[in-house]
Amino acid sequence: MIRLYDDLIIQVVCRIMIPLIQFFALYVIAHGHYSPGGGFQGGCILAASFILMVIAYDLDWMKKRFSEIKNTFMVALGIFIYALIGLICILLGAEYLNYGILHKILPADPIKVRALGTLGIEIGVGITVMAVMVSIFLNLTTYGRHEKGEV
Amino acid sequence: MKLFAIIIVFMTGAALIYSTLDMPDWGDPNSPASLHVSPRYIQKTIEEAATPNAVTSVLADYRGYDTLGETTVIFTAAVVCILLLRRFENDKTV
Amino acid sequence: MEIIIGKYNYWIYIALMMIGFYAMITKRNLVKKLVGMNIFQTAIILFFISTAYKKNATIPILIKSQEVIDPAQYINPLPHVLMLTAIVVMVSTFGVALAVIIMLYKQYKTLDEDEIIEQLE
Repeated sequence: MIRLYDDLIIQVVCRIMIPLIQFFALYVIAHGHYSPGGGFQGGCILAASFILMVIAYDLDWMKKRFSEIKNTFMVALGIFIYALIGLICILLGAEYLNYGILHKILPADPIKVRALGTLGIEIGVGITVMAVMVSIFLNLTTYGRHEKGEV
Repeated sequence: MKLFAIIIVFMTGAALIYSTLDMPDWGDPNSPASLHVSPRYIQKTIEEAATPNAVTSVLADYRGYDTLGETTVIFTAAVVCILLLRRFENDKTV
Repeated sequence: MEIIIGKYNYWIYIALMMIGFYAMITKRNLVKKLVGMNIFQTAIILFFISTAYKKNATIPILIKSQEVIDPAQYINPLPHVLMLTAIVVMVSTFGVALAVIIMLYKQYKTLDEDEIIEQLE
């Protein structure tokens, strides 16, 4: 259904671009060890794809796919993953966030496992940054009401 | 008032420009900032952290606790935005 | 002449910082003050990034085949890390400040600093 003020070209292009943007964001998060990138950058790109959904379509279209409850949950989930990895390190008998000890539960030697621990916290940071950006954007642009505005 | 502000701004700028005369030159490889800890980060990042990207290894491994605190900062920003702005349909306050 | 070639990057960032500082202390509109604060923070971030640079060096991503690693070939990673955190803090302060400004506008129906102070008295 085409509504008033909808632009067909923008919507079709965004429908193609949004999965590519999300795929690129996951690449930036996961490939942060070998190229420029990491949790903050990838999280921002992932948030940009959701913001593009709101701009090109409307708020309800985006909230059907990524509801507010999920968003607020993911704000806390990312930082929980981060702190949990640190706590696992304590439980295995090392210092907080000393990933070398994770070789007891992960199949890698004590040096290589540090890269895996780094990847884990990058994922946590990426989830938090993505959810925070989307949350701040939605709350600022809709004055906290999360309704479709008048065009 | 505007003149006063311009005078303050230019005095600050002049003091800062005077202080840059003691700073190392642009692109100087022997500046104090790049001699203290950063050679160790660059040399040891593969054998200690198995990560060729030195920025990622410093961010998440050597200074992981710093990054945890800063993730808490943006978490707090989101919580503040939700608490200040979020209004529900049947909410009569404001 | 040597002084100009060696230090002009600092002077550019100081000029940018002066623009932001001027906007922060003279503008009466709160959003304009916020934009000034953002310019100020950008100047500081650029200053730190420029201290990381070494001549004829590349980004701090190591090449695995290299046997001996020479620190002079790679630029300093530490300012990049610190500024990555500073950028995120900048975004956080900007978001919270905009939220507070929206609440102020709802309460006082204006963004002008003087009019808000008038209404407070």
